Amino acid sequence: MSTQIPQPSQAAPDTTQIHNIGYRSYDGPRLGRAYARRSLFSQSLRGAYGLGRSAKSKVLPMLLFAVMCVPALIIVAVAVVTKQSKLSIEYTQYAIFLQVVISIYLASQAPQSVSRDLRFRTVPLYFSRPIERGDYVLAKFGAMASALFILTATPLLILWIGSLLAKMDFAEQTKMFGQGLVSVALLSVLFGGIGLVLAALTPRRGFGVAAVIAVLTVSYGAVSTLMGIAFATDNTGAIQWLGLFSPMTLIDGVQSAFLGAPPGFPELGGPSTGAGVIYVLVVLALIAASYGILMRRYRKVGL
Amino acid sequence: MYNPTVARLTYRALLGRRRALILFLLPAMLLVIAAAVRAFNGADDQVAADVLGGFALATMVPLIGVIAGTGAIGPEIDDGSIVYLLSKPVKRSSIIFTKLIVAIAVTMVFSAVPTFVAGYILNGNGQQVAVAYTVAALVASIAYSALFLLLGTVSRHAVVIGLVYALVWETLFGSLIAGARTLSVQQWALALAQKVTGDGLITSDVALPTAVALLAAVTVVATWFAGHKLSRLTLAGEE
Repeated sequence: MSTQIPQPSQAAPDTTQIHNIGYRSYDGPRLGRAYARRSLFSQSLRGAYGLGRSAKSKVLPMLLFAVMCVPALIIVAVAVVTKQSKLSIEYTQYAIFLQVVISIYLASQAPQSVSRDLRFRTVPLYFSRPIERGDYVLAKFGAMASALFILTATPLLILWIGSLLAKMDFAEQTKMFGQGLVSVALLSVLFGGIGLVLAALTPRRGFGVAAVIAVLTVSYGAVSTLMGIAFATDNTGAIQWLGLFSPMTLIDGVQSAFLGAPPGFPELGGPSTGAGVIYVLVVLALIAASYGILMRRYRKVGL
Repeated sequence: MYNPTVARLTYRALLGRRRALILFLLPAMLLVIAAAVRAFNGADDQVAADVLGGFALATMVPLIGVIAGTGAIGPEIDDGSIVYLLSKPVKRSSIIFTKLIVAIAVTMVFSAVPTFVAGYILNGNGQQVAVAYTVAALVASIAYSALFLLLGTVSRHAVVIGLVYALVWETLFGSLIAGARTLSVQQWALALAQKVTGDGLITSDVALPTAVALLAAVTVVATWFAGHKLSRLTLAGEE
């Protein structure tokens, strides 16, 4: 062979070597597991808004983000121009009113986050890096919850800034803004978990989308139908327990029990504090369960 | 026109493995709600009409239509396995026609049958409510299947677009803007239901002749255009 190839410095002249094409082993710093996990997190979070993907896949998340923010901007503009003393919508109610948008966003982005890794069998490649199953699940879960938090908290931020521009009471608005942030944070983690579990069950993106939307909207529709019927037939005791059966009414129950939100239940004043504790427990149990199911799901995958 | 092999493959793609679960989930929920309402409330024609109209026709039929319509062709285009089907000596229009028949059959079985049963549970078909909504569900199945099958050939995001149409356009805009109701499969189907019950229990914003004409037009045009798209299909690369 030619002698132009630089000999690796650490390789002593080895007489038994037939052929040396100059590969050198890497002896720089290794970035390790935490770095890989952070990279997976930021890549998934960017992917949830189409950043780093094709132009076509940016359209839907950005459009939904705009749809989420436009009502807040309109409310703020009206409040500033007409010099209202309070906003025409509560911070905590905003996500409830726009829940269809949140559901569609989750349904479109949760499958793109996990289904394609399953379908193109890239999951084994991830695990050939120094990350563990728990890191993958944590990074994906964290990225989905953060993406939802960005989607739901940005309009609240707009409302809060707008309320300050309109010279509303700073302390009161900030307290309500904080309550709203806690509520959407809880919503983001809960919805992110549910969406990822449903999406991780199928490698087909379309079915994942349908499953997420079906579970979110149908459970909400069913629960509110049943609540309406229970209210009309004076089964008022049942109403506060019916809310436990759909993600959106769960969040609604938690925030009307503890976060000073007006209750979403028909004319009943929402769940009592005792029932509110149950609501919080159910929310936490659901989040833990979705984490557990994801961990189980990725114990054996594609190998 | 009808190709049994294509039909068999499509049935398997739609109902194979765990995919059928989601199709069973919705009708099961409708039946549970119907039973709960009957237990809480007893038989009441107006409540029966509200439940069937609000949950069965407004939510369940479009959702199952989206799943069956786009599921009949979308995943195959998505993962590129449609080329194996297209390279066989089968006319593209007959592929679309067969897939449409399968999608219609699946949507009808999973939406109209549970609607009928739920109607009987709710009020024992008083004032023909169960039959009326079953007719509406059957007709809506045809139009939804054709529409969403077309979406499946046009876009990779067919499911999302279909859901936006079903949930945002028909439900949200339909309740806010009266004009949007004229352009809604649900209202066209309701026009037929109104004809069956005959009195003020079910109301539609669209007159019956208009509804029938629009239903037929949408189905035929959507099917033709889907065949047209499939005959000029370019396989997009993975994004």
